[in-house]
Amino acid sequence: MTSLTATKRSTRGAPRAEGGRRAVDRGAWFLVLPALIPILVLSVGPLLYGILLAFTDAQSGRTRSTQWIGGLNFQDLLHDTLFWESFRIGLVWAVGVTVPQFLLALGLALLLNEDLRLRWAARALAIIPWAMPEVVVGVMWRLVYNPDAGVLNETLRDLGLGDGRDWLAGLSTALPAVIVVGVWAGMPQTTVALLAGLQNTPRELHEAAAMDGAGAWRRFRTVTWPALRPVALAITALNFIWNFNSFALVYVLTSGGPGGRTRLPMLFAYEEAFRYGQFGYAAAMGCVMVAVISVLLAVFLAGRLKGGDEA
Amino acid sequence: MRTSTTGRVGQYAALLAYLVFLAFPFLWLLSIAFKSPRELGSLHPTWIPRDPTLDNFRQAFDEQPLLRAAGNSLLAALGAALIAVVIATPLAYVMARRRGLLARAATGWVVVSQAFPLVLVIIPLFLVLKHLRLINSLSGLVLVYVVWALPFALWMLVGYVRAVPEELEEAAAVDGAGRLRTLVSVTAPLLAPGIVATALFAFITAWNEFFFALVLLKTPEKQTLPVVLTHFIGAEGVADLGPLAAAAFLATLPSLVVFALIQRRITSGMLAGAVKS
Repeated sequence: MTSLTATKRSTRGAPRAEGGRRAVDRGAWFLVLPALIPILVLSVGPLLYGILLAFTDAQSGRTRSTQWIGGLNFQDLLHDTLFWESFRIGLVWAVGVTVPQFLLALGLALLLNEDLRLRWAARALAIIPWAMPEVVVGVMWRLVYNPDAGVLNETLRDLGLGDGRDWLAGLSTALPAVIVVGVWAGMPQTTVALLAGLQNTPRELHEAAAMDGAGAWRRFRTVTWPALRPVALAITALNFIWNFNSFALVYVLTSGGPGGRTRLPMLFAYEEAFRYGQFGYAAAMGCVMVAVISVLLAVFLAGRLKGGDEA
Repeated sequence: MRTSTTGRVGQYAALLAYLVFLAFPFLWLLSIAFKSPRELGSLHPTWIPRDPTLDNFRQAFDEQPLLRAAGNSLLAALGAALIAVVIATPLAYVMARRRGLLARAATGWVVVSQAFPLVLVIIPLFLVLKHLRLINSLSGLVLVYVVWALPFALWMLVGYVRAVPEELEEAAAVDGAGRLRTLVSVTAPLLAPGIVATALFAFITAWNEFFFALVLLKTPEKQTLPVVLTHFIGAEGVADLGPLAAAAFLATLPSLVVFALIQRRITSGMLAGAVKS
């Protein structure tokens, strides 16, 4: 905002430059319009429309016209224990995936940044989870977790660790099992982002610190991490949002079962909207999800950024 | 910088662990895809199929209309990729070169759109498309994919535009080339590799997409590959594993090939968009 007013002031100081800019901007509109219209019609519009829907009793396939009902959906939602249970599962899932995803990706990125021989293999393999359709990732891990034909149980049997179990159908194992899949699926992207960040850290500084006798951990703390921080924060925040909103993986793995133990908020809202046709109510869920996630992220980022100033 | 031998050994061990973790589910998928039904039913599955067979692939094509689904996916992905870059490139150019309100708003949208929960967008989108009679049609799906691929496409393209030195354009202008002429004969050729990479990335994104396709396509004749893949899994969660694995493997091949081609550009594009001039 401040920089915006600053540009305005500076152009006002130079009237001729302002005229030139106007002409350019008119040309710019032409360039922008083809993208702007679909964005407005199919992204910004639906978003606003969706927020409005949350205050109506819109349902699918109903002949009676839709009515404004004010905050009634939100009142109902407040007492909807199933939704809040789903929301809790969503948070457990999002944190449970995002944190290991970050730590594992950081480890891999640090390794790939070293001069190791098998680097190319890891880089090539890291493509697989990234490029794969989410549905295929889900299918693949169903095969891994399969109680009879799955490799997980077979390995456990080989190691003499019991007969294994039906991981995705067990009440206590389903959520951890899908979280592992989430970590696997999102790790490569995070690794690539962090690796890129690492390659921007000043090498000389690193070498100087090594000369001064700083150990690996000290070098990481004092040289690598400060340079990596912005990338790490950005990718973690994005991962958290993406994970919280994820759908296809869990839909294919468990469809929210067993007994709703893996029913993420997205699955819940999807069923509400497209199985039961409660458009208004599902839109209200969407609004609540955005609101809570925004607040959580704001708190997280504010805390992190402040911590950075003190350090 | 020298690392001690034990340190090196530790690093290689860790790297190996990562390799195994990343690779084993995919290898297992391959293994199952080539196993006979009898072997799949037997206890103690092995990594290497005892007598490899292509039956699962044949059966997969018999059970579900995979070819038609692949055709639908191809149409949707190609359409989305082409339209996305055609409309995104000019906007990205403006976003990279100008500091106007418009460029700011577009950048803001790119960032905010990452946080949209799909569910809040899909219901109104469903109603809008229904109004336009574009439900259960690939054209409707293409429209949705275009908008959905735009944020990342813009992000990458802005980076690529910034990498073209403005001085080059100024030099062309000094030599008497008009604005359009400069764009077409100076900027566009330099941008071309970036545009291709962006289009391919949009292609993969659309090819892999599941949620919109699930909601917007109702009849089996229109459905795309990811949706058809889920039909292999029965209502009770019971699936014919062999054909499922075979079909899943085939559905992944295009993405893997295209991604391998552009991986370097994607990673540099991710960064390029983030670098402020």
